[in-house]
Amino acid sequence: MGLLFSFFAVTALIVIVFIGVQAAHLHYLFGVIIPYAAFLTFIIGIIYRVVKWGRIPVPFRIPTTAGQEKSLPWIKHNKIDNPFTSLGVIVRMALEVLLFRSLFRNTKTELRDGPKLSYGSTKWLWLGGLAFHWTFLIILIRHFRLFLEPVPIPIEILEALDGFFQVGAPVLYITDLIFLGAVTFLFLRRVIIPQIRYISLAADYFPLFLIGAIGGSGVLMRYFLKTDVVGIKQLTMGLITFSPVVPQGIGIIFYIHLLLVSALFAYFPMSKLMHMAGVFLSPTRNLANNNRAVRHVNPWNYPVKVHTYEEYEDDFRDKMKAVGIPVEKE
Amino acid sequence: MAEPKPEELKPEELAKIEYKPPKTGWMDTPTVFKKGMFCYGNQPKFLKTVGFPNVRSWSVLDEDWKLPENWQEIFIEGLRERVGKYRSFRLFLDICVRCGACADKCHYFIGGGDPKNMPVLRAELLRSIYRKYCTTSGKIMGKIAGARDLTIDVLKELWYYAYQCSECRRCSVFCPYGIDTAEITILARELLNLLGLNTHWISAPVAQCYMTGNHLGLLPHTQKDTFDQMVADLEVVTGIKVDVPLNRKGAEILYYVPSGDMFDERGYFLTMATLLYFHEIGLDYTWSTYLSDGGNFGFFTTNEVAKRLNAKAYAEAKRLKVKWMIGGECGHMWRVIHQYMNTWNGPPDFLEEPVSPFTGTKFENAKSTKVVHICEFTADMIKHGKLKFDKSRNDNLIVTYHDSCNTSRGMGFFEEPRYVINSVCKNFYEMPENTIREQTFCCGCGSGLNASEDMELRLRGGLPRANAVKHVKDKYGVNRLACICAIDRAVLPALMDYWVPGVTVSGVHEMVANALICKGEKERTTDLRNEPLPGKEAKENV
Ligand code: HEM
Ligand code: SF4
Ligand code: SF4
Repeated sequence: MGLLFSFFAVTALIVIVFIGVQAAHLHYLFGVIIPYAAFLTFIIGIIYRVVKWGRIPVPFRIPTTAGQEKSLPWIKHNKIDNPFTSLGVIVRMALEVLLFRSLFRNTKTELRDGPKLSYGSTKWLWLGGLAFHWTFLIILIRHFRLFLEPVPIPIEILEALDGFFQVGAPVLYITDLIFLGAVTFLFLRRVIIPQIRYISLAADYFPLFLIGAIGGSGVLMRYFLKTDVVGIKQLTMGLITFSPVVPQGIGIIFYIHLLLVSALFAYFPMSKLMHMAGVFLSPTRNLANNNRAVRHVNPWNYPVKVHTYEEYEDDFRDKMKAVGIPVEKE
Repeated sequence: MAEPKPEELKPEELAKIEYKPPKTGWMDTPTVFKKGMFCYGNQPKFLKTVGFPNVRSWSVLDEDWKLPENWQEIFIEGLRERVGKYRSFRLFLDICVRCGACADKCHYFIGGGDPKNMPVLRAELLRSIYRKYCTTSGKIMGKIAGARDLTIDVLKELWYYAYQCSECRRCSVFCPYGIDTAEITILARELLNLLGLNTHWISAPVAQCYMTGNHLGLLPHTQKDTFDQMVADLEVVTGIKVDVPLNRKGAEILYYVPSGDMFDERGYFLTMATLLYFHEIGLDYTWSTYLSDGGNFGFFTTNEVAKRLNAKAYAEAKRLKVKWMIGGECGHMWRVIHQYMNTWNGPPDFLEEPVSPFTGTKFENAKSTKVVHICEFTADMIKHGKLKFDKSRNDNLIVTYHDSCNTSRGMGFFEEPRYVINSVCKNFYEMPENTIREQTFCCGCGSGLNASEDMELRLRGGLPRANAVKHVKDKYGVNRLACICAIDRAVLPALMDYWVPGVTVSGVHEMVANALICKGEKERTTDLRNEPLPGKEAKENV
C-alpha cells in the first residue's frame, strides 16, 4: 500500500507539471514561486525542528559504549568507540556521519541446523548507503555552478574529476551512474528482503521514488532531452539574486525536475530525512562516556520520596539488635 | 492443557525458527498472547507500597485489564510529557529511517522469529501512536503516515512487547543513528506503569526493595544468618575464619552487591569468595543491611521509582561515614551506578575520591561518582602484585566469559574482568567475535524478565548466547561460563542445561578466591563449592 501510494504521489507531481506548465502556462508559478516557497519551507522547517529537539533536555548521559572504557592507565582505552573527552566524541561523530561507522559493523544472522547461529559481516547496506549519500552530496555541490557566476574553480575541478572517463557527449558523470544505481539498490532491498518490506511505510518509499525521479529527470535532461542550459542558468541566477526571470523555451523536463526538487525540499523537514540533523543530536552517540568522572546534571531532577534508614531501623530494630547489628537508636 | 511446556519441548524443535514475516501487515496482524512468552501481571499490594497508580487485581489473559475510564488520555498525556523531557525519546521516535540494520540484532527475534521483536518494529509499535497523537502528518494522514489509534488491543500489544525486550542495547550498537530501542522500551514501560500495567516479577521485588533494602525481602537478621553460614562454609574449605563487618561506621569502604548474591547458589559462592578475598587483603570495609541490594528493579518500571530505590546508596554511605564505595558484580546495578546514580542522587560531596589503600592507585575514572567496580579494584591489585595465586586450583576449569549487556554497552567494561580471569585461570577461550564485548548477547532475561512463567521467552532469547557457548564447548571443551552479573548467575544455568548441558556458571571472583593463596590457610582440597580441586580427587577416595 505504501509503495503504490508513494509511486502515485510522485507520478501525480509529474502530471501536475504537465498540467501547470504545458497546459496552463504557469511558468512563473513553477519556475519561481514554488521553488522559493519550497526553499523557505526547507530552511525554516529544519531550523524549527532542530531548535525543537535542542530545547528538549538530555536528562541522562547514555552513550552506547562500543569499546573499552577509560579505566586503569595500563588498560588500552578505545578513545573513539567509547570516548572520554569531547575530542573523542567529535571523532566518533565524524566517523559516524562521514563513513557510517555503525552501519559498517552490520552482520547478517544465519541459522543452520544444529542449531548453529552465525553472524557474517555484511557490508552491502553500508556500501549502498555511502554511495547514495556521497554521490548525492557531490551532485548537489556540482549544481552550484548554476547559482554562481563565474563558476568557482573547486566546482570545475570536481566536475572534471567526476567526468574523468570522458565517455560520451556531454561527458558522463560517474556520480550520476552510481547515484541511480544506489537508489535502485536501496529500493530493491526494501522490496526484496521480506523483513525490510514488512517494516516499510509510505514514508520510506516516497523519498526513494522522489529522489530516484529527481535523478532520472536530471539524467534525461542532461544526456537525452538536451535543454536550454543558458536559459536555465538565467533562471537560477535570477532566483539566487532575488530578481527572478523566466526565460522562454526551457523544456518541460526542467520544470519536472524543479518541481520534484521543490517537493523534496518542502517534504524534508517533516520527514525521516531529518535524520541528517538528528544524527548530530543523538545522545547515545554525541556524549562522552565519562559519567563516573564528571557528573551529568538533569535539569528536571526533582526530589522523591524515599524509605530512609531511620524508617528502616524503626521497622527492624529489634531484629537487628537480636543478632548484634549496630543500630542508631538503642 | 495439551500445549507442551517449553521445557518439555526438545531444543531441536524450539530451534526451528521461521523468520519470514506473515502476509498481513503488522498493523493488521493481531497479537496473540502466547503462554510462556510473558510474565504474570502485578498484584495490588506491591503497587500500593511504592504508590503506583491503578491498584487492582488483574490477569494478563483476562479480556478486561481494569483500566481507568480515561486510560487513553492518561497514556497520551504521559507520552506528550515524556517526549518533552527526554531528547533521546523524541529523537528516536522521529529519525528512524527503517533501514533494518537493527532487525536481526535482537536475541528475541533471532531466537523466536516474531517480527514484532525486531527492534525497529518494537519501536514502531509506540512510534505509530506517537505519530497519531503528537505529529501533524500522523493526525491528518493516519495509517498511510504510519499512525494508528491507541485502542485496547494496541495497548495490550505494547505491553506484550515491552516485556519482551531486555533493554540490552545491542540494537543501538548497529543503528547508524544510535537509536536505542532499550530507551524506547524504558519509556514505554514508564507509560504502561501510569495505568498500573506491570509484571508481578518486577513490581514485587521493587516493593520489597523499597521496604527492606533488597529485592528478595531478606531481613537484617536473615542476612546475618546467611553471612554466618558463609563464614562456616569458608572455614571448612580454607580453615580461615573471616569477619563480616555489618553496618559498621567509619570503615573506609562501603561494599554492596545485588541481593541475588545472598541467595542464589552461584551468588552465594561469589559472596563467600569476596569475604575471603577482603579478609585476606585486610580491607577496611563494611556491608550494609539497609543497602542490601545494588540491583534496581525500579529501573524496569519508571525513572522515578528507580531513583527512589537508588537513593539509599549515597544515604547509607553518608550515614556510615565511609570514604568511598566498591560495587560488586552486577549488570544493571552497574548501568545504574555508571549512567544514572550521580545524576539522580549526587553529587556525593561527603565522599572522597577513591584511592586504593594497597596500591595507591587513584581511580580517576570514578572520581565523581566515587564507586569503583570490584573488577577494577582487583585488576589493579593483581597488576601491582598484591595478590598471590595458585592458578592450578582452577586447572579443571575451561573458561569462557559472558559480557553482560549493561556493563558492555552502558559502560564499556571489557578488559578488566578478562585480565582478572586470565590471572587466575590457565584455560580461557573467547566466544566468537560477534557474540562478545559490545556485540555481546543477552542472557535472555535482563530487565526483569527472569521469571519462571516466561520460560519459553527466556530460552528463545538466550539461544544466541547459548549457541556461542556451545561453539567453544565443542571446540575447546569449555565447561565454565564466567560472568559479572547477578541475573546471569541466576539464569544462565537453566539456559546452559537446556541448550549446552555440562557448562557451569560462576562469578569472576569465585575463581579469584579459589586461586588466592591466603595467610594461615590449610592445604585446600576443595574449591568454594566443596568440590575436589584438580589433583585432589584421588585423595578423597583413599
Ligand atoms: C549528515 C548527513 C546524513 C547522514 C549521516 C545520513 C546517514 C544515513 C544512513 C546511515 C542511512 C541508512 C543507510 C541507508 O539506507 O542508506 C540513511 C538513509 C537514508 N538517507 Fe541519509 N544521511 C544524511 C543525509 C541525507 C540527506 C541530505 C538525504 C536526502 C535528501 C538523505 C536521504 C536518505 C534516504 C532516502 C535514506 C533511506 C534509504 C532507504 O530507504 O533505504 N540522507 N542516511
Ligand atoms: S538501525 Fe536505526 S534507523 Fe535503521 S531501522 Fe533500526 S532503529 Fe531505524
Ligand atoms: S534493547 Fe535488546 S532486547 Fe531490546 S530491542 Fe534492542 S536488541 Fe532487542
